[in-house]
Amino acid sequence: MTITDTPTAPAPQASRRLTTSKAMVEAIAQEMERDPAVVYLGEDVGAYGGIFSSTTDLLARFGPERIIDTPISETAFIGLGIGAAVEGMRPIVELMFADFMGVCLDQIYNHMAKIHFESGGNVRVPMVLTTAVGGGYSDGAQHSQCLWGTFAHLPGMKVVVPSNPADAKGLMTSAIRDDNPVVYMFHKGVMGLAWMAKNARSVGDVPDGEHLVPIGKAAVARPGTDVTVVTLSLSVHHALDVAEKLSGEGVEVEVIDLRSLVPLEREAILTSVAKTGHLVVVDEDYLSFGLSGEVVATVTDHDPTMLKAPVHRVAVPDVPIPYAHGLEYAVLPRPDRIEAAIRRSLAL
Amino acid sequence: MTMHAEPSTSPAAETAASALDAPTRTALFETMVLCRTYEEAILREYHADKGPGFDIGKGLVPGEMHLSAGQEPVAAGVCAHLTTDDAVTATHRPHHLAIAHGMDLRAMTAEIFGRETGLGRGRGGHMHLFDPATHFSCSGIIAEGYPPALGQAFAFQRKQTDRVAVAVTGEGAANQGAFHESLNLAARWSLPVVFVVEDNDWAISVPRDAATAVPSNADRAAAYGIPGERVEDNDVEAVYAAAARAVERARSGAGPSLIEIHTLRLWGHFEGDAQGYRPELAEVPSHDPIPRYEKALREAGVLDDDAVQRIRAAAAERVEDAIAYAKSSPLPDPASATSYVFA
Repeated sequence: MTITDTPTAPAPQASRRLTTSKAMVEAIAQEMERDPAVVYLGEDVGAYGGIFSSTTDLLARFGPERIIDTPISETAFIGLGIGAAVEGMRPIVELMFADFMGVCLDQIYNHMAKIHFESGGNVRVPMVLTTAVGGGYSDGAQHSQCLWGTFAHLPGMKVVVPSNPADAKGLMTSAIRDDNPVVYMFHKGVMGLAWMAKNARSVGDVPDGEHLVPIGKAAVARPGTDVTVVTLSLSVHHALDVAEKLSGEGVEVEVIDLRSLVPLEREAILTSVAKTGHLVVVDEDYLSFGLSGEVVATVTDHDPTMLKAPVHRVAVPDVPIPYAHGLEYAVLPRPDRIEAAIRRSLAL
Repeated sequence: MTMHAEPSTSPAAETAASALDAPTRTALFETMVLCRTYEEAILREYHADKGPGFDIGKGLVPGEMHLSAGQEPVAAGVCAHLTTDDAVTATHRPHHLAIAHGMDLRAMTAEIFGRETGLGRGRGGHMHLFDPATHFSCSGIIAEGYPPALGQAFAFQRKQTDRVAVAVTGEGAANQGAFHESLNLAARWSLPVVFVVEDNDWAISVPRDAATAVPSNADRAAAYGIPGERVEDNDVEAVYAAAARAVERARSGAGPSLIEIHTLRLWGHFEGDAQGYRPELAEVPSHDPIPRYEKALREAGVLDDDAVQRIRAAAAERVEDAIAYAKSSPLPDPASATSYVFA
């Protein structure tokens, strides 16, 4: 049995319902058709189609010259992507799990992210680094992390984190066309994989043809008036589930899907908090020294009096991701923890 | 046990009958002299205003300074086979390679002086020279300059050119994972890369024998099924010959090669390094490859007093022009410190 998805036949209508993974693949395929400089490199991206279906059927369509299985040598092949980008190609390079950054971080943060700066803007590195993030399926402490805060902390790389099929397509298209290195972090739980529990929103309408989502723009995933939940990736879906539930109680939750961490659209956070006065930040990354603190500082740096109540942060409480299901779900930002944080914020 | 070059008791290979013609030999010598003249000028400027005492962050040229004196045979012998369409990735000690590969001396020097007219507008510094015109780059991280060279070679291969990428690192880097990952991948994909190891005997203060399990890093090529060759005695003409084979192999599409050159770190790891760990320190100057090659070329009748004087004067003129350009160039505006993070 293969755990890659079966292909979807193209449909003639203006949009179709696709899984996030198929939407991501569609963007890659369209850009590869458009630009011969685009290639995809990584482990098991060829015949397998990507462990998390990031390249399903691309090998058959574009051949081994452009869909390239690499040795398990992340330093070498990420560095190869950098050099190829410097020479005018537009490589997409996959780091199978973000957790594997430890074996190749030097190429990422000391080379990919710094060359443009160190060259005074004379050398560009137009590459995309795709990587799978997130837990929820008992993969343990080395295969379940999000780590987007770590990437976003290090200057010189854009960081995008789509939560749904349409954004997966639009952000991938924008990432490939960007003249900067872009880290594209896809949560396994939003890909719509047949072999992993998935939220209903991991299948959704995706525009046909060219579709771009600008990097650096957040989205209001659900408008509301009472409390702002700032979040991203799989947690958007949990937040929306909670918002639907609380709406029945007359509480209107506004859910902000950040979509991009670098650049971060701070105005979207401020606009929403200015309206609600209540802020809950939901982040599947570690609690301390990361994204959730950055979101809070965005508000307090601007005007702390915007807040009518203390901020509540729902994140992984500075512990490696546990293996046992009950332990893992105790530390992930699951809907029960999000709901409890909203209730505390509103003193419900 | 000794970990450094034995003193030369026999004539260097260059003094034997050379396979090279006089213009080629002269050109190798000119490159070596230009590189050395440059490093001597940087040495002078670097130490000119570090006092009182020695404050590494002070002066017109602040920061760490890794000079390449003694390693000129590597740069001259390898880069003689390249054009500026070929790529070179170098290390924290990059000047000789940058010069031999044809980098503009004014822009390079302005970068070392941290000026707005520098290659990186003063954002990079001497360990981070990026030059699109010559496809040159360097990395201050040991062995990590190898992987980007693979990508340049990959792009050259995809464009169906005969351009090559030369990846240079030191012998200490041959114990890093990036070195081995790169050799394996380049070999498997037949990438047009020439891997060069500059064995100057010392990884800062640790001698190569204390760190490396094999007597020659060239032997490590066998693990990846590619040719490996070690050049002894810092012999520029032997470097030239080995590099000719490796570059030709890469250009022809046959894949990568590895060359290790036993070279010489004439000065410290960086300026300010007293080298108390180096037992052979007193005899180091006697191994200087430039006087030795000059002597060989004089004995062969390739050079005479006039020619040597002309070569040295021409080098000095170019170097002092570059230094003057750098000194007269504007410093970057501190208000622009956050520029150029993104395109």
